[in-house]
Amino acid sequence: MAVLLNRRTRVIVQGLTGKIGSFHADDMKRYGTNVVGGVTPGKGGLVHQGIPVFNTVRGAVRETGAEASIVFVPPPFAADSIMEAADAGLKLCVCITDGIPSQDMMRVKRYMRRFRYEDRMRLVGPNCAGVITPGQALMGIMPGNIYLPGRVGIVGRSGTLGYEAASQMKALGIGVSTSVGIGGDPINGSSFKDILKLFEEDPDTDAVVMIGEIGGPQEAEAAEWAKHHMRKPLIAYIAGLSAPKGKRMGHAGAIISAFGESAQEKVEILRDAGVTIVPTPAAFGPTVQGVLEQQKKAA
Amino acid sequence: MDIHEYQAKELLARYSVQIPRGGLAYSPEQATYRASEIGGGKWVVKAQIHSGARGKAGGIRICSSDNEVSEAAESMLGRKLVTHQTGPKGKLVSRLYVEETVDIRQELYLGIVLDRKSERVMIVASASGGMEIEEIAEKQPDSIIRAIVDPGAGMQQFQAREIAFGLGLDNSLIGKAVDTLLGCYRVFRDFDASMLEINPLVITRDGNLIALDAKMSFDENALFRRAEISELRDKSQEDPRETFASDRGLSYVGLDGNIGCIINGAGLAMATMDMIKIAGGEPANFLDIGGGASPERVAKAFRAVLADKNIETILVNIFAGINRCDWVAEGVIKAIREVGVKVPLVVRLAGTNVEEGRRILAESGEQVIVADTLAEAAEKSVEAMRAYSKSKKN
Repeated sequence: MAVLLNRRTRVIVQGLTGKIGSFHADDMKRYGTNVVGGVTPGKGGLVHQGIPVFNTVRGAVRETGAEASIVFVPPPFAADSIMEAADAGLKLCVCITDGIPSQDMMRVKRYMRRFRYEDRMRLVGPNCAGVITPGQALMGIMPGNIYLPGRVGIVGRSGTLGYEAASQMKALGIGVSTSVGIGGDPINGSSFKDILKLFEEDPDTDAVVMIGEIGGPQEAEAAEWAKHHMRKPLIAYIAGLSAPKGKRMGHAGAIISAFGESAQEKVEILRDAGVTIVPTPAAFGPTVQGVLEQQKKAA
Repeated sequence: MDIHEYQAKELLARYSVQIPRGGLAYSPEQATYRASEIGGGKWVVKAQIHSGARGKAGGIRICSSDNEVSEAAESMLGRKLVTHQTGPKGKLVSRLYVEETVDIRQELYLGIVLDRKSERVMIVASASGGMEIEEIAEKQPDSIIRAIVDPGAGMQQFQAREIAFGLGLDNSLIGKAVDTLLGCYRVFRDFDASMLEINPLVITRDGNLIALDAKMSFDENALFRRAEISELRDKSQEDPRETFASDRGLSYVGLDGNIGCIINGAGLAMATMDMIKIAGGEPANFLDIGGGASPERVAKAFRAVLADKNIETILVNIFAGINRCDWVAEGVIKAIREVGVKVPLVVRLAGTNVEEGRRILAESGEQVIVADTLAEAAEKSVEAMRAYSKSKKN
C-alpha cells in the first residue's frame, strides 16, 4: 500500500470551509482521496461541496470513522487543531499551514507524548506540501499529474523542489510509491528518519530519495540511522550550497546556525554514511535511474 | 526579528534581571545629559546596532568626562559601524545607549535558544564569558552547561540552581543567579523569542549579578500576538532590499551576485541558486514568491529584484502546480511590460500546461530567453549575464 496513505484511507479536512481548504479538498477528491468529512467549529451540520461538516474532530471521527486529517487552519489556531486531531484518536495528521510559532509546535510535540507510542498520532508537517500515493490518494497540495505510480519513495522538506525531483523521474519513466513532505519548519512532526523507517519496511518501495536542505540536525540523524539500519538504496540531495551562514532562506528552519548545518557539511556526512548524492538539482532523474539499474544488476 | 541592546535590557529589567543604569540618546547633547542623570565620573557610550562584536569595531567607548561622552557620541552617530557580523557595508548608528560602568569581578555567558534536536528551549551557560559562544565551544567546551526546559512545566528552580552551582558561583550569589535565570527564561517564553544572549553576565566586585550586554531575536511567526515586539522593529538596521520585499509580502534575502532570481518555493529557490553557482554564476538574491505566482506577485517580485543595482540578468523559475503554466506565462509577460526589464531575462516554466506557457512566452514579442530544464535555465542565465556584462563595458 506504499506508506501512510492509500485509496481507502478515510480523510477529514480541518478548515474545510475556508478558501484554501475548499480548493484543496475539491482537488483531493478529484484525485481519488476518500474525503469523508470536514471540521469547522460553528458550521457543524452543513454540507460543503458535498462534504459533511462537523463542529469537532471527535464528532467527525464518531460519525465517519475517519483515520486521518489534513489541516488548513490559519497559523494562530493550527497548533490547537493538531492537538484536537491527536486527542480524537486519528492515526495521521498532515498539517499544511505555514507560519506556526515555534513555541506552539513545542507544545504540540509535548502534548502528543501523553499518548502511548502505539496510540500516538503521526504528524506530518507543518509547512509542507503533504503526502501523495500516486494513482491512489492525495493528502496535500501537490499537483497529482507530475507523479507516476511506481516503487521509489520520496521524502523532502520542500514542496516545489520535490515536484522537480518527481517530474525528472517521471520523464525517465520512474514512478513513486509515496511522496512525503515533512516541511520547512524548525520543529516538525515527522523527521527524515521517521519517514525513512516507514519506507524501509514498505514492501512496495525499492529505493528512497531524500531531499534535504541547510539548517537543523535531521539530515545528519537520518544519515546515521540509514548507515546502520537501511538496506534499500538511499539517494539524497541537499539544497543551499550557495546559502550564507546566519541568513534564513525562506523556510523558518533553513538557516545555518551550527556546525554540521551547511549543505557541504551535510553532503559529507551523508556520503560518509554510504548514501548516493545527487550532485546537482538537475540530476535527480539520472541519479535515481543509475541506482535502480545497479540494483537490478545485483539482483 | 532582532532588537537593540537597550530594548532587550528594558524587557529583561521587567523580569527582575539586573541591568546597569542607563539612558538612550540620539544626539551628543542627549548623551551628555544622560551621563549627568546617571551621575558618577565614568560612563560607557554604546552604539545601538543589530550586531555583536561592537567593541572591537569602535562602537563601545569608555568615557570619564562630559567632553569625552560628547566626542564619543559625535564620532559614532550617523556613521556606519562595520563589525565582523555586519558585512562590509556596516550598519547605521542612529541611537546610543549611555550606561554607568561596573566593577567586574568575573564574566559569565548565558544564552537561551531553541534546540532543534530536543525540540525544546535550551539554556546554555559558561563561566568563560566575554568570548563568543563558538569560541568558548572551541577553547573551553567543558565549561559549557546545558539544560533543557520542559515546555509543559516551564523552567524549574532546581534547573537554575544546578546551572548556578555548575558555574562555580559563591553561595551568596545563588539566589540572585536563580532569579536571573528564571527571569531570562520567562522573557524568552512570554515574548516568543528565538534567541536570547547575555554576554557577558557579570559578577561585580560588590557582589551583584548584572546583564552587561543583551541580544534578543524573536520568532517572526509569532509576531501576530506580540504587537509590543513588532513596535521595536528598526528598519534602518535591515538590508533595504529585504525591507522593500518583506513589506510586499515576499520572502527575499539579498546576496552579492548579479543574477536575480524569482522562484516559487524556498527549496526550489535554493536549488536554483545552487545551479547558477554550478554553472559559474553568482545569485544576487533568494526570492520565494510563494504558492500563488499571480501576475501581481510576479510584478512585485520583478520590482524587488530590480531594486538591486547589481542585477545583470534575471532568472524566473516557476514550477506550476495548482496554477497552470499558461497563466503564469501571461503574468510574467504582464509584469515585464508593467515594470520594464532592461537586463536579459531567462524564464523556465515546468508543470501543468507547460507547452502552452512556453508558446505564450515565445509569441509575446518580448525578449525572453526560454529554458526547458533547470540546468539549461542556469546555463543560459550565466551566458546572458556574461554577454550583457561585456556589452556594458564596451
